[in-house]
Amino acid sequence: MNVTRVVADKTTISEVKLKNKKSFLTKIKKSWQLYVLFILPLTYILVFQYYPMYGASIAFKNFDPVLGIGGSPWVGFEHFKKFFESYDFVRVLKNTLLLSLYSLIAGFPLPILLALSLNYVYSKRFKKAAQLITYAPHFISVVVMVGIIFMILDPRGPLNSILSLFGVKEEINFMGEAGYFKSIYVLSGIWQNVGFGCIIYLAALTGISPELHEAAIVDGASKIRRIWHIDIPGIMQTAVLVLILNMGSFLDTGFEKVLLMQNPLNISSSQVIDTYVYNVGLVSALPQYSYAAAIGLFKSLVAFILIIASNKLAKKVGQDGLW
Amino acid sequence: MNIKIAETRGDRIFTVCNYIFLSLLVLSVLYPLIYVVSASLSSTKAVASGQVWLFPVDFSLLGYKTIFEYSKIWLGYGNSLFYMIVGTTVNVILTILAAYPLSRKDFYGRGFFMFLFVFTMMFNGGLIPTYLLVSDLGLVNTRWALIIPSALSVFNVIITMSFFRATIPNELLESAQLDGCNDFKFLLKIVLPLSAPIIAVISLFYAVGHWNSYFGALIYLRDASLFPLQLILRDILVQNSVDPAMLGDATQLANKIGLQQLLKYSLIVVSSLPVLIAYPFVQKYFVKGVMIGSLKG
Repeated sequence: MNVTRVVADKTTISEVKLKNKKSFLTKIKKSWQLYVLFILPLTYILVFQYYPMYGASIAFKNFDPVLGIGGSPWVGFEHFKKFFESYDFVRVLKNTLLLSLYSLIAGFPLPILLALSLNYVYSKRFKKAAQLITYAPHFISVVVMVGIIFMILDPRGPLNSILSLFGVKEEINFMGEAGYFKSIYVLSGIWQNVGFGCIIYLAALTGISPELHEAAIVDGASKIRRIWHIDIPGIMQTAVLVLILNMGSFLDTGFEKVLLMQNPLNISSSQVIDTYVYNVGLVSALPQYSYAAAIGLFKSLVAFILIIASNKLAKKVGQDGLW
Repeated sequence: MNIKIAETRGDRIFTVCNYIFLSLLVLSVLYPLIYVVSASLSSTKAVASGQVWLFPVDFSLLGYKTIFEYSKIWLGYGNSLFYMIVGTTVNVILTILAAYPLSRKDFYGRGFFMFLFVFTMMFNGGLIPTYLLVSDLGLVNTRWALIIPSALSVFNVIITMSFFRATIPNELLESAQLDGCNDFKFLLKIVLPLSAPIIAVISLFYAVGHWNSYFGALIYLRDASLFPLQLILRDILVQNSVDPAMLGDATQLANKIGLQQLLKYSLIVVSSLPVLIAYPFVQKYFVKGVMIGSLKG
């Protein structure tokens, strides 16, 4: 009796399995057309995003182009050790962190101020013009941007002429001094992105119910008070989210811009992880692929942790986060 | 806020301060741009001696004339147009091919593929492995090096997918399927015509990206005849290396140095022209794109 029951059970289980398998196949069959559409982008992602992740394994090897990625001998954490113990490590890490922190903090308040200010401009024309002008620098290419920086800061450029009006006698070679590098980088970044950064706050401000403002006006609240008690709480969530998500991309210092602004005179404060990888791995006469890949992998890992952490944080403060 | 209640003194002061603050901000954004345009319209002497600070001094078009004769720049312009047009076309096609299946609820394995895509936004192999891959594929020093490795941006896939989900109702698909329409036909005949706004947004994102990028060209291209405009700009604006033979008949050294300075200003204007001319017309699309992107995918 028992035996037959077991057999019966088995058949039902296998029938269920068969059914599952069948439905798996039919499901794939059913959306085969979608798979055909999807095959090209999927191939791209696998080849150009996932294969390099496998390629990053050269960080644990001594990469030899002749032997290839798979054939090169393993060396374990040797390259990481070398990087952590090198003189450059502290300097590069310090520059990366300082530059990121500086951009994050200095770049945060101005877009909010701009959005609040635009929100209290009643002349539509003036508002439109202000938006058009402040958004525009966002579309300037990084090469042209750095070109403009060099021109404005030239020892004979307009900034020095303006400074001389205020009694600064010596011409300052801004790009030639390491001490100025970070400020130039951050302030020019604000110049380029303040307008674009304020778009999201403007949208949040239009989301605030006008009834709140009407009630406050009736109660005799001044504009400053309305900003303080209505507008700022209204955009607080957006601001926190922006700040947290920016923290997620903390280590992605504008690599292309830093690279262009870098010169032998300011290298001590302009060498960040990304430019270091580029200089060690691709520029030098003896490219140290494995060493550079190890540094790059170190950065990717830290960045990954930061993104996960910031996203968790975003969820904690009641936002949806990225996913 | 249409209510008209007489403003108090404090509010009037606030409004005045607000306008002053905003004007100052707008002027400080505008000033560098005006300076560059003014300098590009000045004489070499005025530029070299630093006389220009707001308006053109000794109006002259010499800078622009020099650019017209500087053949490298036009070669770069042509190359950049090629990379932008071909690159954007490839980008948009691939983005739609990825976004449409991902937007369909009945796409088996959607969650897994979505994870596969989003994960690449958080983690990547890094510069060196990517470079080695591109070089193994034999793309180095070919035009394809600027098109294939950057053929798809996952961020744009996500905003396109959200758009499809929000605008293509499921009923439309069902009724089309009842009429015997397959997925290819549905995408081509129904989804695409409904998606003009999102195609405009992502095309703009991709096109500006191609026009403005230099780094791919810097690491993958060796042959100067393939260089995009931004790489040539880098040589002139950042590395300060101008081909003296290209500067025409300015024989004296002093003249050449002055001309080299002037050239930079007019070059910035000429190279940014396409983007800046298109910009006021497409501004709203960019704003739209930022808004779609800031919503959850």
